[in-house]
Amino acid sequence: MKICISSTMDKEGAIADKRFGRCPYYAIYDQATKDYHFIENEGLAEAHGAGLKAAQTMVDQGVQVVITGNVGPNALRVLDAGHIKTFAMKGNKVEDQIKYYQAGELKEITTPGAPHGGKGRNGFGHQR
Amino acid sequence: MKIAVISGKGGTGKTTVATNLATVMKATYVDCDVEEPNGFIFLKPDIKESLDVTIPVPTIDTDKCNHCKACVDICQFNALIHVDKVMVFEKLCHGCGACQAVCPTLAITEEERPIGRIQIGTYGEEGMACLSGTLNLTEPMAGPIISQLKGRLGQETSLIDCSPGTSCNVVKGLLDATYAILVTEPTAFGLHDLLLAIDLVEQMSIPFGIVINRVHESHNQVSLYCKSKGYTLLGEIPYDRQIATLYSNGELLVRQSQYKAMFHEIADGVKEAMACSSSL
Repeated sequence: MKICISSTMDKEGAIADKRFGRCPYYAIYDQATKDYHFIENEGLAEAHGAGLKAAQTMVDQGVQVVITGNVGPNALRVLDAGHIKTFAMKGNKVEDQIKYYQAGELKEITTPGAPHGGKGRNGFGHQR
Repeated sequence: MKIAVISGKGGTGKTTVATNLATVMKATYVDCDVEEPNGFIFLKPDIKESLDVTIPVPTIDTDKCNHCKACVDICQFNALIHVDKVMVFEKLCHGCGACQAVCPTLAITEEERPIGRIQIGTYGEEGMACLSGTLNLTEPMAGPIISQLKGRLGQETSLIDCSPGTSCNVVKGLLDATYAILVTEPTAFGLHDLLLAIDLVEQMSIPFGIVINRVHESHNQVSLYCKSKGYTLLGEIPYDRQIATLYSNGELLVRQSQYKAMFHEIADGVKEAMACSSSL
């Protein structure tokens, strides 16, 4: 199973990013090989629909679990349609998220956060 | 002939200038500030016609779809997403039709989706034409309404009351305008945002003049700046309690003779400036 964590950097030891659509990288963890694979978020600079584009990437990458801070209404609709479960991150590091997830300590995100949460300097993705 | 009224900063008096000037110039008034149109509050026209503005959005025939994702890839607005079938996110769709054009199995048809409304009416005994657009609540895209409003105009002189700021909606209001009136106020914010508005009209090569509203001293930072740059100052509207009272009662200022004369002066200035710029 593949788990994706929104990340601020493209290397191990990275800090997880609370923004789903507007984070710079995605860390994709393969439970079978226990390896991380980082991809760039191509939707980062989109004027609109960054979350949707990110959700499409998750579907295309065959991810089954997403761990992030906040997911907007449109993106959550796509993730649901793709039967991808979404969990709220805890703490800072990307690697910690996997530990928390495997220990069953992460809470599932079932209601969307505000749209455009990760956009701009005032997006609350930055504040929390 | 289209005269656009823009401001940079919001709340400086675009609508006050546009509505009052339209009546003294006997020009068509067009409220293109479709996110919060308020011109009709002052003009109170007889509404003759009211129509929906729609944009075409794709609907996908799942029986015909071969899941090639060409539509998802071509969409510049991320309005189409493919999971086990193509999902359409209507509010992101700009109605460009690219998805329909690239679909190899002709699975995409377009359906009209209403996003707002246009009202057309007449003002006064002479039946001055008035148009106003309204974007429906929660709709993100004002452009198509502005385009439809402007598409209804012919060669007559019209005053285009634009949105505040220098956004796409303002650019849409300014397109094909022969002249721009920049309304501002004598404050630091007013001057700052005026500079943005000037930058925009200069880039679009539209000649312009400036109206300063709420003026309580004639040597203010905006008028001094205009003088130093040699910009056309079309007029100044005083900081006046009576104007505020008329405005808050939803009344036109030109109902009072002294203000009517003031707007006639502004109108003369506009005509003169336009004559000068067209002879260049």
